[in-house]
Amino acid sequence: MQHMDSPEEQEVFASGANDSEPVLELEDITMSFGSNEVLKGVTLKLRPGRVTALLGANGAGKSTLIKILSGVYADHGGLIRIGGLPVVMDTPLAAARQGIQTVHQRIDETIVPGLTVAENLVFEEIVRGEIPPVRSLKRLLPRAREIAATLDLGWPDATLTKDVFELGNADSQMLLLARALSQRPKVLVLDEPTSTLSTTEVERLFTLVRRLCSEGVAILYVTHRLSEVHEIADDLVVLRDGQVQSRQRAPFDMPEAVRSMLGESTLDEVSHLVEQRGTQVALHLERVQLLRRSEPIDVDLRYGEVTGIIGLIGAGKSELARGIFGADHWRQGTMSLDGEDYAPHHTADAVRRRIFLVPEDRTADAMLPGWSVAWTKSLPFLGTVSRSGILNFKRERASGDTLLSEFGVVSTGPDQVVDALSGGNQQKVVVGRWMQSGPRVLLLDEPFRGVDIGARGDIARRARNQAGEGACVVVFTSDVEEIREIADRIIVLVEGEIRLDSYTTEIDNDAIVTSMSEVN
Amino acid sequence: MPETPSALGMRARIQDAVVKYGFIAITVILFLYFSLTEPAFATSSSLFLLLKFASVTAILGLGVTFTMVVGGLDLSIGATAGLTVQLAAMTMVFYNLTGTTAVVIALIGGVVVGLMNAFLIVVAKIPDLLATLGMMFVIMGAKLIPVSGQSVSSGMVLRDGSVAPGSFTPEFLKIDRGFLGPVPLPVVIMLVLVVASWFFLSRTTWGRLMYAIGANPEAARLSGVRVGLYRGLAYVISGLFASIAGLILVSRIGQGDVNAGASSLLEAVAVALVGTSVLGLAKPNAWGTFLGALLIGIVLTGLTMKGFQYYHQDTAKGLVLIVALLFSFTISRRKVRYSPAT
Repeated sequence: MQHMDSPEEQEVFASGANDSEPVLELEDITMSFGSNEVLKGVTLKLRPGRVTALLGANGAGKSTLIKILSGVYADHGGLIRIGGLPVVMDTPLAAARQGIQTVHQRIDETIVPGLTVAENLVFEEIVRGEIPPVRSLKRLLPRAREIAATLDLGWPDATLTKDVFELGNADSQMLLLARALSQRPKVLVLDEPTSTLSTTEVERLFTLVRRLCSEGVAILYVTHRLSEVHEIADDLVVLRDGQVQSRQRAPFDMPEAVRSMLGESTLDEVSHLVEQRGTQVALHLERVQLLRRSEPIDVDLRYGEVTGIIGLIGAGKSELARGIFGADHWRQGTMSLDGEDYAPHHTADAVRRRIFLVPEDRTADAMLPGWSVAWTKSLPFLGTVSRSGILNFKRERASGDTLLSEFGVVSTGPDQVVDALSGGNQQKVVVGRWMQSGPRVLLLDEPFRGVDIGARGDIARRARNQAGEGACVVVFTSDVEEIREIADRIIVLVEGEIRLDSYTTEIDNDAIVTSMSEVN
Repeated sequence: MPETPSALGMRARIQDAVVKYGFIAITVILFLYFSLTEPAFATSSSLFLLLKFASVTAILGLGVTFTMVVGGLDLSIGATAGLTVQLAAMTMVFYNLTGTTAVVIALIGGVVVGLMNAFLIVVAKIPDLLATLGMMFVIMGAKLIPVSGQSVSSGMVLRDGSVAPGSFTPEFLKIDRGFLGPVPLPVVIMLVLVVASWFFLSRTTWGRLMYAIGANPEAARLSGVRVGLYRGLAYVISGLFASIAGLILVSRIGQGDVNAGASSLLEAVAVALVGTSVLGLAKPNAWGTFLGALLIGIVLTGLTMKGFQYYHQDTAKGLVLIVALLFSFTISRRKVRYSPAT
């Protein structure tokens, strides 16, 4: 094991062992938004034929770094060298010209809807005017076939002429990758490329990454998943608080990487999890069919414990959560709450019974643009801050204040607009408004997404306290470390069916991961 | 990009002040200009006349404001007002019923249109603009059928050759021509509705829920808000307001003009949009809509007194709207949002 603590050591080591010259060098890159220093001097070298994994918690500065590499942010400090020569990349096009291609995480932001698959494949050429704007299929199909062939996508012309929206997530991801590769990049940046892929598709991607490496492409692989780092990376860089915390070469010391990613304090808290076991059933689900092709499941969710429901994307977690909350309806299945039939037609039915949901996508589904903290808090419970329908602003503001102080939200007061808060503080507001209203069942769907470490630990602790006070808390996530941090009981969901149901203390990570990756 | 307090310099503060008070300043300046150059302008009688003419636009604008608050737009509002004009006229002229009956039937008509819009939008899930556009055509066309395209006036010959038995009752005509003290009744009605709308939208839970739907319908739904109910309610209120405006209109013209109300849609949408700019609130609100109607009233009355012909009016209205939108979208640092005015 070769593990380095400081960048200097790494340099000594690298110059001794590495044969190839770096193709891309970042030197002391800094970036600030207003007074908020996001990158505090990042130095990074990418060498041809090597995969460098970039790990970091949310808010570590990963996405800012990626945007600098792809030419989105030009006003950064420090120096970028390509092949030893300093370059300025002030537009995405400039970055592409320097041989850097980035495949961004959000597919929907990079795919052009309404165009065919083929048109999306040759999009760069269309933009650059190399293929005429009147897009005759005859002229662009051969090029599209060529690009698709580089990845062995095996798409027939029928697929190429389809609307791009008919592709699944995985194929869209492959399309973007093919598009990036068609530009013959020297450096390829992959930003969480597997988040929407199935296991077999991930394998396909890895085979491809290895092939690119052998062809001499330098790859920066940004991910949250340690297993992937293990499998694919040659070098590992951990970013925290805008700085490189540690560098390693394979084989990696993963516990060390996690420690430097999260910081020591949070990991201590994890080990202090005191198990709570509930006995009384809150929700009883019977013959609930989550996905189109899944078998119905039965499950009991109990008061007094935190149930963690873990599964990959598409395992049916959100379907389960939204069905309990009455936001969507299952294909079949019934529920009972405290032994009585419970069939919510509307979210209002759930809220009235104090069954609350914190949705997965905070910005899209939980926040109201331009709304203050006090208003966001009171929205589901306007009855408590009004009399005969007339709002009492004073009481509303006071209620907002208790949320701010109890949850330690950093803000200017209850009138502060939620959009202006940091991700962690936003999440505290949308979680806190439910927690302060005496939940019977609290459903948290990916509660730690886009949340800094401090807020994450805080929300986890409070969720556990809620369960300790008797609530039925259910957390939905795809992150094994997260679930161990918060849940007393773990249920593994695979393709809409339950594969494992156990107390956290009776099971190790391997067993969880194994059952998560079991596919029929 | 987030701004730090230190970056919020003088310039930003001036910008905010311009957005907040600029539009009101323009209104005041125009008012003073017309008052000083046209002595007849600032007399109480001409001011009441101005308010009286602004009242129909203001009330329709309020209806539009409600639908904008829930993130939609009622394009059928002018047609609904026109339908009301004809319903009221037919009640009195064809069926020889009282003015009160005419009022009741007209209001019911407005609510029914609102319910139909609500059905199309909430249950049938047709996008707001398209549903109300469709309703606009249906209403405008359907009302012509029973009258064979003729305007309804007392003494007209009916299809069967007989003469229409009834006429507009004196009480009914008072809706537009009556006074409460020195104040014309339409002005009173307008002010009552402005205050009621303001109170409803910013001081009650129902108004707050409507703004929530306009801000983010999915987030509202996942907060337990009955989104469909309140969206529908907004369209019913819009239909009701349209029928009130229609009643004032028909009382003013004294006959069931088939073309009445047709032109008022654009004005109503314009004043509601102007309303999002005033006070820098950047969201639809009742007082803003009222001020918008007032400003357009001042401009039109002033220009008329200055000897401009009627055919200049639309240009003037359009320019007022564009200036207002410049305040909202160009100068303002806040994005236009649909959230409550308090």
